[in-house]
Amino acid sequence: MTAQLFLEQTLNGLQQGVMLFLLAAGLTLVFGIMHLINLAHGTLYMVGAYVAATVTKLSGSFTVGVLAALAAAGLVGAAIEMTALRKLYRRDHLDQVLATFGVILFFNELVKIVWGPQALFLSPPAALSGTVEIIPGVPYPAYRLFIIGVGLAVGLGLRYLIVNTRTGMLIRAGATHRDMVGALGVDIDRLFTVVFAIGAMLAGLAGAMAGPMLAVEVGMGEQILILTFVVIIIGGIGSVRGALAGALLVGLVDTYGRAFLPLAMRAALDPAAADSIGASISNVAIYLLMAAVLIWRPRGLFQAYGG
Amino acid sequence: MTRIQTFLAMAMAGAIVAGAATAADKPVKIGMITTLSGGGAALGVDARDAFQLAIDLKGGKLGGVPTELIVADDAQKVENAKQIATRFLKKDDVDIVTGIVWSNLAIAVVPSVTREGKIYVSTNAGPHELAGKGCDKNYFNAAYQNDNLHEAAGQYVSDQGLKRVYLMAPNYPAGKDSITGFKRFYKGEVVAEVYTTLGQVDYAAEIANLRAAKPDGVFFFLPGGMGVNFVKQYAQAGLIKEIPLFGPGFSFDEGILSAVGDAAVGAFNSSEYTWDLDNAANKVFVAAFRKAYGRKPSLYAAQAYDAALLIDFAIAAVKGDMSKADAFRAALHKADFASVRGKFKFGPNNHPIQDIYIREVVKEGDAVTNKTIRKVFTDHQDAYAAECKM
Amino acid sequence: MVTGGRKRIINMAGLALLLVLPLLAEAADSPFFVSVATRVLIYALAALSLDLILGYGGMVSFGHAAFVGLGAYVVAILAHHQTDGSFIPFLPGAWNGSTQALIQWPLAMVVGGLFALVIGALSLRTSGVYFIMITLAFAQMLYHFMVSLPTYGGQDGLSLWPRSELPLVDLNDDVSFYYVALVLLLLALVAVRRLIASPFGMVLRGAKQNEARLVSLGVPATRYKLTAFVIAGAIAGLAGALLANHTEFVGPGMMHWTRSGEILIMVILGGVGTLYGAIVGAATLLLLEEGLAGLTEHWMIFLGPFLVFVVLFARRGIYGWLAGREAGDD
Repeated sequence: MTAQLFLEQTLNGLQQGVMLFLLAAGLTLVFGIMHLINLAHGTLYMVGAYVAATVTKLSGSFTVGVLAALAAAGLVGAAIEMTALRKLYRRDHLDQVLATFGVILFFNELVKIVWGPQALFLSPPAALSGTVEIIPGVPYPAYRLFIIGVGLAVGLGLRYLIVNTRTGMLIRAGATHRDMVGALGVDIDRLFTVVFAIGAMLAGLAGAMAGPMLAVEVGMGEQILILTFVVIIIGGIGSVRGALAGALLVGLVDTYGRAFLPLAMRAALDPAAADSIGASISNVAIYLLMAAVLIWRPRGLFQAYGG
Repeated sequence: MTRIQTFLAMAMAGAIVAGAATAADKPVKIGMITTLSGGGAALGVDARDAFQLAIDLKGGKLGGVPTELIVADDAQKVENAKQIATRFLKKDDVDIVTGIVWSNLAIAVVPSVTREGKIYVSTNAGPHELAGKGCDKNYFNAAYQNDNLHEAAGQYVSDQGLKRVYLMAPNYPAGKDSITGFKRFYKGEVVAEVYTTLGQVDYAAEIANLRAAKPDGVFFFLPGGMGVNFVKQYAQAGLIKEIPLFGPGFSFDEGILSAVGDAAVGAFNSSEYTWDLDNAANKVFVAAFRKAYGRKPSLYAAQAYDAALLIDFAIAAVKGDMSKADAFRAALHKADFASVRGKFKFGPNNHPIQDIYIREVVKEGDAVTNKTIRKVFTDHQDAYAAECKM
Repeated sequence: MVTGGRKRIINMAGLALLLVLPLLAEAADSPFFVSVATRVLIYALAALSLDLILGYGGMVSFGHAAFVGLGAYVVAILAHHQTDGSFIPFLPGAWNGSTQALIQWPLAMVVGGLFALVIGALSLRTSGVYFIMITLAFAQMLYHFMVSLPTYGGQDGLSLWPRSELPLVDLNDDVSFYYVALVLLLLALVAVRRLIASPFGMVLRGAKQNEARLVSLGVPATRYKLTAFVIAGAIAGLAGALLANHTEFVGPGMMHWTRSGEILIMVILGGVGTLYGAIVGAATLLLLEEGLAGLTEHWMIFLGPFLVFVVLFARRGIYGWLAGREAGDD
């Protein structure tokens, strides 16, 4: 293994982590502030990807596609929040699980009726479709670098929002002392809708950004949903900082595991067995990581919310 | 309780009406278990549409007998498929079962159908478990044995003089079978065998390792959405022009190509069927399919259409009297119908002996599609036929 | 009518219906329905075991399908070795399995319970949402392990034919199998009810209400919760053993997280902490799926809003809505 390969895999891990962060940030905020388990977060990601693919095709502009995805995810999110979820904030987590699972089934089928069962096409904009030699000798996809850039910008923007604005102050207060914030005369309903919309738009953004790299298909939301939950659990629910740490940790562990475990196993075993056993361990690496973190710190790395 | 009584009365009335209809004109009943919901729905929809098309083109009849096609969605779950099979056999009393897309479902369901003395005709799945020791006189596979397309890819890669090849498949039995099938005919060096997670989304790590290993070519088997993800990311890494990509036709069916677009152009894949095959039956099929559904038929569609034609031939051969089970089976085995593949015959294990082609992914106008470039195998038989004792 | 009476009437009517169901199916000329009903009973058993820990112990296991899958694999693996005469690896002594239900099924319960012991001991260090996710993680590990294990079919799974052998009863006969499943479900129901009414059950429910107080009183609450978790794992293992026989097949798909989700949904749909609700929930979900799928391939577009509707308007689940305030019982 060369230094270049190691650097390249690190970059891959970071990129995967950034992608997860876009989803995890919204999920952890919604969970931390409204105490709502939203399984339908992956649905908003799917809506973002489908709308981005369709609008990009119609308008010929990826930027327009991404903006449309943000708007669509925000609108769908607000619609779900107002029709179904608003009544569930004070209810048991289990009720939320059942209701949001129902929302997933509905939207998956709706998307299939509207767009058909085949995966949709979406490619990166021409300017980002090439490669860049950011590491000497390794042409790296420009689009993946772009994702890392977008993710970091979103992270900084969220930090600004939470630390420096009044909404951010309420979010922080809401995460730790929800009833107190309400008692002080803050319009909790509006705060919740704002937070939910932010989360939904982040999910939509993640879907639109993922579209050019992945199959835009029904079920894409659930594939990534479980990983996203792993991230916020490792990071500690309600903590955006934790979501970032968890996302990068999961991205790196998963990438290193897939990239280097089979190679490492080859030192001890014959190649066929090494490839097979290495793959099997790396398949479950992130679950091992999560179990280990929870056994060590039962409430995640950066706990913000009581439990 | 009254509601239940009403329900029972209605159910009984329904059964009586259905019974009367059966006695009147004795239609052939075909039960189709296939995947119409969830991530794998595109394959099942293709099979269902093509099978129905064959019946429609023949005026609602197969072999001259009115045919009723009962379609049920298995949601890609073994239990559901099993439940549907039970319903077909015990409630609907179908004559033939068909349509299962996935091998793991077929392994679980097919024996319970054939054991009851009913015919099963496969439109896609061809697991080795049912081709060798587990073969059955009531099981006919109108598609392929699963290894066939991988074997053809291996042969082609060897023929092209590639010396060092990188192999990739999901970490499950069909993935391992595909690599075994490829290696059965590939003679060069295997640089690495990489097993990815089932349902994996991101392949950046594998692609980086692959580039570092500098192989002459890459053979991969990643069905469905996994293949779309991989091919897109492979092209974005700038590799498709540097290291050629080979795979079985499943990774490049018409549906996948429309989702992958230009990224797949220049890749090679193996298939026993492509919409551009030059024969009369295929021209009729492609025209009718495009007219009815507005898309090009995939190999899944072609296989289902052929399965319907096979059944059509066999029913006609026994003049609609399917109670002559032995004669009906013999007619199915004879399989003398005009296949969209140009020719079709069964080996001793009722799996096809057929030609397999290599196709290149090309751009035609705005559309990305497959173009047949070479025949790799003529009358190719699967590796398990000898183990079959019927 | 007094609500307590209502509950009793509903339970008796339900029991009567289950007892005569094969006769009704026969009369309606759809014996096939017995097989559907058997599947409902088996899932009801799995949901019942989840309701024990969820409804009474407050433990939301999102990996319950793993125990069902393990039980199913025990049956299929024992039968597999018996059929091809090979010995079971990693076991002391040479044993080539068995096709006897009286050996297979208790072993399925033991294996389900043992895994529940290990997983529970580690998972109970956490609570709340973290508990949900760590149980999911362990189940996913088992799922991926079975997917990539070629010895027992990996993703393709193992077929099981014929069904397990039981003295005097032929399980290959659908009606006999139905009654066997029914008897086991009723036995489990009675056992779990007695367990909950016992001092053990009081502590368990106390731990759900206020674990800190129990601990301060010197009660080792975690040990009680773990015991309940192990019992639930064993019952789920038995459900798995039955499911393997019903499907005549075992595969890792049975352990996938979506399956755990379905069992969880059955419990919530029927009514958490009611036990009978688990049966109602299993029946509702499976029959809806069966019925709607027959009507349209887009059946999920109806099922989704139905689930939301139940949450919003039948707050205590369907059984809670049927039986009124007494549903949560005893």
